[in-house]
Amino acid sequence: MKNYISSYCKIKNGTVIVNNNEVFRSEANDLKSVVKEIYRSIKPGYAKFFKMDDISKLGFIAAELMLKDTNLKNRYNDSEIGIVLSNSSSTIVTDSEFQDTIQDNNNYFPSPAIFVYTLPNIMIGEISIRHKFQGENAFFLNEKFDSIFISNYVNSLINNGKIKACLTGWVEYSENGYEALIYLVEQDGNTEHTEENINIIYNK
Amino acid sequence: MEKLKVQIIEQLNLEDMEPSDIENEEPLFGDGLGLDSIDALELIVLLEKEYGIKVEDPKEGKKIFESVKTLAEYIESRKN
Repeated sequence: MKNYISSYCKIKNGTVIVNNNEVFRSEANDLKSVVKEIYRSIKPGYAKFFKMDDISKLGFIAAELMLKDTNLKNRYNDSEIGIVLSNSSSTIVTDSEFQDTIQDNNNYFPSPAIFVYTLPNIMIGEISIRHKFQGENAFFLNEKFDSIFISNYVNSLINNGKIKACLTGWVEYSENGYEALIYLVEQDGNTEHTEENINIIYNK
Repeated sequence: MEKLKVQIIEQLNLEDMEPSDIENEEPLFGDGLGLDSIDALELIVLLEKEYGIKVEDPKEGKKIFESVKTLAEYIESRKN
């Protein structure tokens, strides 16, 4: 069975592309400032955003922008919508921030608020809580974005009837930079969910 | 109490909030500021880090963290 990419959001180097259109550009160099600017621009009115770690903010914002005009919640039950994400560096930046709170024996104050974000699948939790998605979910670590693996895994979930729609992609953040590609896979559409088409939007 | 409000805003990442937005007797949890269980843990860290106060009995927490006023009163009582 064929599945299709129906919407996508790519965020890299301060530029936000949604479905081939550049919708936002930030001059800021750091992720913290970039996601804050985007948040202010789209005004989702979700105060919990500011409590998230930076990589969760990146995934959250990308999902928010990608879902904006999809009417997804009116077309599927909560349990029919899954999330499958991946990256290379897990939550290394947040892990490092937590380490800073316990590094010095004379200033040893482990932060609970940072600790709870030291797993990459927390990002999936944040997106799921926001949109009340209850379908299958998974977070994979790959050395680099693996469009073959992702397309096989997500197509399998949909073709086996586990879910009917899936938010998927790559949300990476390390000292080397950040990038996010989150796209929606459904059973209908125009752009087939293939390795080739995934790589086209990934390389936008 | 203003200093304490600033510390709470910083420690809990309450973006867009000013000290004047927090009423002295407003509940910190539930319908008030809407803080959650992780925030409660962060407040315990704040007490220890900024005031050297350890909350030994978790049952005390509910009363201490009722509002900024109760928190300030608790800090004062522990100082003495």
